[in-house]
Amino acid sequence: MVKNNVGKEIPKEFADQYGVFDEQFSNVKPFEEASRKINPVKPGDEKLLGSLREAIEKTGLEDGMTISFHHHFREGDYVINMVLDEIAKMGIKDISIAPSSLANVHEPVIDHIKNGVITNITSSGLRDKIGAAISEGIMENPVVIRSHGGRARAIASGDIKIDVAFLGAPSSDAYGNINGTKGKANCGSLGYAMIDAKYADQVVAITDSLMPYPNAPISIPQTDVDFVVEVDEIGDPEGIASGATRFTQDPKELLIAEYAAEVITNSPYFKEGWSFQTGTGGAALAVSRYLRRAMIDKDITASFALGGITNAMVELHKEGLVDKIIDVQDFDKNSAISLGENENHYEIDAEFYASPFSKSSAINQLDVCILSALEIDTDYNVNVLTGSDGVIRGASGGHSDTSAASKLSLVISPLIRGRIATVVDEVNTVVTPGDSVDVVVTEVGISINPNREDLIEAFKDLDVPQFTMDELRDQAYEVVGQPKAIEYGEKPVALVEYRDGTLIDVVNNV
Amino acid sequence: MEILEKGISGTTESSDIYITVEPNDENTIAIDLQSDVEKQYGDRIREVITNTAKNLGVSSVKVTAVDSGALDCTITARTLNALQRALGNERYNWKEIETWNV
Repeated sequence: MVKNNVGKEIPKEFADQYGVFDEQFSNVKPFEEASRKINPVKPGDEKLLGSLREAIEKTGLEDGMTISFHHHFREGDYVINMVLDEIAKMGIKDISIAPSSLANVHEPVIDHIKNGVITNITSSGLRDKIGAAISEGIMENPVVIRSHGGRARAIASGDIKIDVAFLGAPSSDAYGNINGTKGKANCGSLGYAMIDAKYADQVVAITDSLMPYPNAPISIPQTDVDFVVEVDEIGDPEGIASGATRFTQDPKELLIAEYAAEVITNSPYFKEGWSFQTGTGGAALAVSRYLRRAMIDKDITASFALGGITNAMVELHKEGLVDKIIDVQDFDKNSAISLGENENHYEIDAEFYASPFSKSSAINQLDVCILSALEIDTDYNVNVLTGSDGVIRGASGGHSDTSAASKLSLVISPLIRGRIATVVDEVNTVVTPGDSVDVVVTEVGISINPNREDLIEAFKDLDVPQFTMDELRDQAYEVVGQPKAIEYGEKPVALVEYRDGTLIDVVNNV
Repeated sequence: MEILEKGISGTTESSDIYITVEPNDENTIAIDLQSDVEKQYGDRIREVITNTAKNLGVSSVKVTAVDSGALDCTITARTLNALQRALGNERYNWKEIETWNV
């Protein structure tokens, strides 16, 4: 075992292979970008094929190769299951899959693991039944969990070498010019897919909306696409827009949102031209409503809103309170529509968004980000991956990326959920190191990271109760009792990469 | 005190516990627990149910508990209420209950 800088023990074989987490930026160094194979297309050649089967055959996909997918269709995705079923029927085995994330709808993955079709997975996260199955230990090789920025880095640096990317395309022409704003299953930004298209040896566009040439706007260009396949349906629009947009009525969430807004609007960053990212979730959406009020009252506008975009951001933009939207993925229908219609709403890829190894990413320009948590420990380390029972059920997402790069990162969470304490002695899994977290916001008050002496000074007169993390933990345990530590097995089921590619934690079977 | 009837208390809403008590042929407090937080709090929940029964003077009962993350105070209240219903007691000795302090 090798102990890393957040005190987690990493088995030696993985420590040797990946390196262990040191500090946020200590592993950011110059590197040689990965390259790809190209099969040039001559005049008269066709890319449009008759079936998915034919496309898989044309790519020459065989045992042991790596394929990738994007997760922009979330719970409405048909593509991953469709492709894996076809591959399984063709008798291909030992495949590594590298989706940008997996949703509940991808439960058939479990059978493909058991049948030997899938033998390796890298993903941002694993939900419900897939997470539970992986935690039980159904795979021989541990899943590699990567953040959105970390995945872009891994692809650009060659840590993930994609042989074939199967990309759901809301609309495409027969030459492979793709966007996510026209067609039947619109998801808006294709930010995560753009990286796969750029670095994969071969790219198959799978669409249910074949457009006349040229299909514009062009998010993924024909120069990145080898084959195009038309199918009946690539996704369910209802499931695609599954990001919650309802405004919360939960008094606890509203109080958390109010405290978060107090912190933000009284911070040194809340001034003309500031920038922010809120993500989704009831409290985060409520924060944007408080921020709107504060921006109007103080006559301040933001230069940009970043990230996973929701309708709340789009409305702030339409009101003139946010100048530009920088968009790597859309969580609801209105934000997808806005991307198509609005010239100040920009689509960016995951590397542009958050890769620590790119020639600068957008998050480096970010003032304030609001993040969630399943657990936070007294060292401010955050777990967004495993539940309090030790079972994988969440996703790394952009958590460690934005919290490291932004000037002020807030982790907002209720102190307890049901009988589960959120602030604990030690998180089950560290995804984001405590050094990246500046302020924890709960319904009883906030805790400022002692490393941020400037913020402690700036918030000394803030009208919000302030606590140490030990005090927050004690308050939580006083209500729910001290939980028994989870007993894990001996088998590593998931390796958690920090965004720089080193291991920040390992999840064992449970 | 002997449990001769069935008694039920609680709901399956989150943060509540649904308790069913029944006569037990063997002279034990037998608990069948299903809980969302079994790994973290299973032992504690059994302890609270057992202590509540003992405090009421019940030493033989079959308890079926479906827990959705109830706090200790809720578990005590639901257990007590189910037992009282099974015993047909309509009066509670609040002063004594206060001293249990479980």
